[in-house]
Amino acid sequence: MIDLLVVGAGPAGLSAAIAAAEQGLKVKVLDEFPKVGGRLLGQLHQEPSGEWWNGIEMGEKLHQKARLEGVNIQCEVSVSDISRTDFGWSVYTSVGMIKAKNLLLATGASETAIPLPGWTLPGAISIGAAQVMGNVHRVKPGNSCVIIGANVLSIAIANELMLCGVKVKEIIIPETGPVAKDAGVPEKVMASLMRLTHLAPNAFLRQAGKFGKFVSPKVAAQFFPKNGIRVLGIPIRVKKAAIEIIGEGQATGVRTVAVTPDGKRIQGTEQVTEADFVCIAGGLAPMSELASIAGCSFKYVEELGGHIPLHSERMETAVPGLYVAGNITGVESAKVAMAQGKVAGLTVAFNTNGASKKTEMLVKCALDDVRKTRANALIEFQPGIVEARERIYVQFEQERIAVKQAITVS
Amino acid sequence: MTMRVVNHPVLGKLPEQNRITIRFNGQPYEAYEGDTIASALMAQGVKTLRKHEMSGEGRGIYCNIGHCFECRVQVGDRKVVRACLTPVSEGIEIHSLTAFVKGGQTK
Repeated sequence: MIDLLVVGAGPAGLSAAIAAAEQGLKVKVLDEFPKVGGRLLGQLHQEPSGEWWNGIEMGEKLHQKARLEGVNIQCEVSVSDISRTDFGWSVYTSVGMIKAKNLLLATGASETAIPLPGWTLPGAISIGAAQVMGNVHRVKPGNSCVIIGANVLSIAIANELMLCGVKVKEIIIPETGPVAKDAGVPEKVMASLMRLTHLAPNAFLRQAGKFGKFVSPKVAAQFFPKNGIRVLGIPIRVKKAAIEIIGEGQATGVRTVAVTPDGKRIQGTEQVTEADFVCIAGGLAPMSELASIAGCSFKYVEELGGHIPLHSERMETAVPGLYVAGNITGVESAKVAMAQGKVAGLTVAFNTNGASKKTEMLVKCALDDVRKTRANALIEFQPGIVEARERIYVQFEQERIAVKQAITVS
Repeated sequence: MTMRVVNHPVLGKLPEQNRITIRFNGQPYEAYEGDTIASALMAQGVKTLRKHEMSGEGRGIYCNIGHCFECRVQVGDRKVVRACLTPVSEGIEIHSLTAFVKGGQTK
């Protein structure tokens, strides 16, 4: 039987598979996508050193290493259900049932949509869809686009689309509402963009950070030029909101309106920006359906992007034999996901092969590496990630004790 | 007209791919081996993949990585797949799903 089945062949899943296989475990990895690498595949940004972070190359490296360690990887397989059994797990997939002693969920994150009138038109796509189309499939969704949503992800991908030869006409914000919330309030958008200072992954973001270095977000939003700040040729307009995606049969542009710093419409300022396609950038949220089926407890953690399965720093959940790693535990960079994956793979080995000083040492080093990687993160998706993580680990230990006591009493 | 990104300043030149022919709603289209149904059609400028069951309005890809199920199409005479996750193959027959009419038959 398989010792460890991993769902998701992204940075976390592959790193976990490699680490577990290196410790002698029989490991299998499943992924829905035809190519190995998960969301690594789309990533392409410049580091402060000037070097390019090329996700496709990194994905290929991990893939090769996993194969070398004897990991069995199967793409184009969807997991629809999981259930706990005497021996571990029965995992129901599009190619039949697979049995495994341990299960690691490394399903990553999904994009949050911002529904606005016209968003179902063909040619209105998520920002991640455009990234994968351009960088992975090497196909432009059109020659020009408008991006709705001004955040770290959308600005990084705007730059990537430009490298693909797409004219990014402007980055604007959604109108505030029950879904868009602060993403549609200029002063809040400014506050989040201004956090991305010298650490941001490209010149584009660094300039956005500098703009607000000496003023408060509120003041910055008030005096933010009407035509936006233009970096690398792409105007970011945080006081212009999208009210409708327009087009007959397919998207041909966006109807916009100017808004006040606190996000209210200014009458008589409607405009139309024409574009071949429109991207919606609503941010990322952990993808945790399978953990929910497995019976994990959940916590809502704003800093980590949404509902996350309660887990230990060693990536265990309270359900025996079930582990999590990567963005399912909170939205962070691919580098953090890789480091977490290693911790998860080693922890599974530690729990399966029996405790040994050597594996314990390896786990401790891997944990240290997660902390260091997090501290050096180029893209911090939310402030307060470190503190939020610490809270989760404490809550997990409390739950673990509570479960143990409950078992003793009964 | 192709929308392929042939020359990329960082990723380099697109390696030569084997060309194959796929059929979408009976029309032949050129595709590259390794394309998904969605990327092959997008490369030819085709964005509308199906009609909404109730309204009959066009729908295309939204997330492009299998989460949203907006890009579902029919392959052959029955299997419904997500265009963004399904690789193309020579001669593959792809059909748009069409709107329902009252009585449960398709238009």
